[in-house]
Amino acid sequence: MTTIDIHSAGIEMQEQDSWHLGMLRTQAHSAIAARVLAELADSDPRICVLTADLGFSNRTVEFSYRHPERFFNLGIAEQNMVSAAAGLATTGMIPYVATFASFLGLLCCEHIRTDCAYPNLPVRLLGHHAGISLGYYGTSHHATEDIGIMRSIANLKIICPADAYSLEHALRQTVHEEGPIYFRLGRGREADAYQPGEGWEYGKVSILRRGGDAVIFANGIMVAAARQAAESLAQEGITVTVADLHTIQPFDTEGVLSLIEETRQVFVAEEHNTRGGVATAVADAIVDNGMAGVKLVRIGFPSDEYSAIAAPYPLYQYYGLDAVGVAERVRTVLR
Amino acid sequence: MSTANLAHLRERAQWIRTETVRLIEIAKSGHYTSVFSAAELFSVLYYHTMRISDDPQWPDRDRLILSKGHCAVGVYPILAEKGYFPVAWLDNYARIGSPLGDHPDMKKVPGIDFSSGSLGHGLSIGLGMALGLKTRQSPGRVFVLLGDGELNEGQIWEAGQAAAHFKLGNLIGIIDRNGMGLDGMTEETMRIEPLADKWRAFGWQVSEVDGHDLQALVDLFDALPAQSDQPQMIIAHTIKGKGVTWMENSRVWHLGYLAGQDAQRTIEDIRSYQWT
Repeated sequence: MTTIDIHSAGIEMQEQDSWHLGMLRTQAHSAIAARVLAELADSDPRICVLTADLGFSNRTVEFSYRHPERFFNLGIAEQNMVSAAAGLATTGMIPYVATFASFLGLLCCEHIRTDCAYPNLPVRLLGHHAGISLGYYGTSHHATEDIGIMRSIANLKIICPADAYSLEHALRQTVHEEGPIYFRLGRGREADAYQPGEGWEYGKVSILRRGGDAVIFANGIMVAAARQAAESLAQEGITVTVADLHTIQPFDTEGVLSLIEETRQVFVAEEHNTRGGVATAVADAIVDNGMAGVKLVRIGFPSDEYSAIAAPYPLYQYYGLDAVGVAERVRTVLR
Repeated sequence: MSTANLAHLRERAQWIRTETVRLIEIAKSGHYTSVFSAAELFSVLYYHTMRISDDPQWPDRDRLILSKGHCAVGVYPILAEKGYFPVAWLDNYARIGSPLGDHPDMKKVPGIDFSSGSLGHGLSIGLGMALGLKTRQSPGRVFVLLGDGELNEGQIWEAGQAAAHFKLGNLIGIIDRNGMGLDGMTEETMRIEPLADKWRAFGWQVSEVDGHDLQALVDLFDALPAQSDQPQMIIAHTIKGKGVTWMENSRVWHLGYLAGQDAQRTIEDIRSYQWT
């Protein structure tokens, strides 16, 4: 493992092993968010940003440099921050609230539901470092249940972008969207999942590769892993469709079911517990629409245990949430 | 304030109480005493202090957040009387399909500034509103009616520190200090004193007032600074169940139901109450 010097902000690191919060990387998800939001705020006085003493981690400081009067650091008091964002939204502002996904999606669950979603206010919740991307910080800082929780909340939209490219699309396409949105973000330091020019449309599943043996639905970091897995499987004669199911709510039932219909062999790969997340959303769509004869394989974290301790990449490897793990799972099932 | 105006505010407060008895009889359960302790506050806020208009969505209006949301039944008659929704809605209070329930829903009830019910959230909502109004350079003020029991919630104090930090002079908290929660006296269930000292320590300007003394309330609200870099906390000393002789400071009437002759006798008790 590479040892990271926390004072090395701005220096290119060996990304595979590095993950320290203090390390600045331009394509980090939240850094992208701060830049895009600062640009949007130039012409839209409604946009403001809130964080809870994580401005240097999630890079919302970049927003504060450009729009100091619309940047509110609420200190380490996340529930107050989410409720305050709801209050801000009633005055015509569009608040973007950024903190760790574990604190937004779990600690602030009731505040999101009761103060943001029930009155259907345009509060944007940026839950970064979702999944197990905070590595050996441990289970308190992991969010492997957040999608399951958020999915059960009426009025709430959920978007899980795969990389900086799609995050930028997601932010720009949803500025005027009515009601609250939960953006589920990773560290965002992984290689891009999208090629320049590939389409990304809010609310629609993105088809990134076509194959005849199965379909893999992925989101977040699992999109790049699934693409890579599909490439190596192709060399063995197994061809799979890879679809980015980035918008979890509203759910693109038609798009998802039409892809399932092609092979009826489905894999869902997500950095989330296998129970309650996107695999469950796909299963719901299958069952609710009476689609028979479908095999669904869930690639995610085991739902009945808490995560092991390690840096993110060893953890992804351990749980099979990387290209090698996905390819192995597909190979085993299809063989 | 003139005697005639004070008499009008007194009459409105009494009417809030009698309407509350009438509405809760329809629902067959409700928080009578939580409304009764705040009736004078509602009367002064809605009929004297708050800058509101015929348009309940007027962007520069003063807001009132009912952080103790279970007192909403006392506010619905006021909002109907202001013309924000048909008075006939009151007759179906809490029946299926009614916009009016025990806790208020801003999406269903014009004039309700925020949906509430989960205790401890209201001051944070008010904090956000005050920040938004200040950012937008609106003269609107935000009043937050807090129950004393809900001050046990940690989030109240998160909002308290933030409001002072952001110097929100347009945020005014009002604590309905009736001394009781569902299980009895607040100081027995979970002590909140010394209340004024706590809020001062958090950086708020604190005032204390008899929450049933209309002249004192009018004077206090009139004296709120037009410009301030300090949020205001008003501790209104009240009596739970005030205005119904046999309900005052009763432990059993946090939630209750009065029907038929009992409801009628209560209304008569309210009307004949001796105010000193």
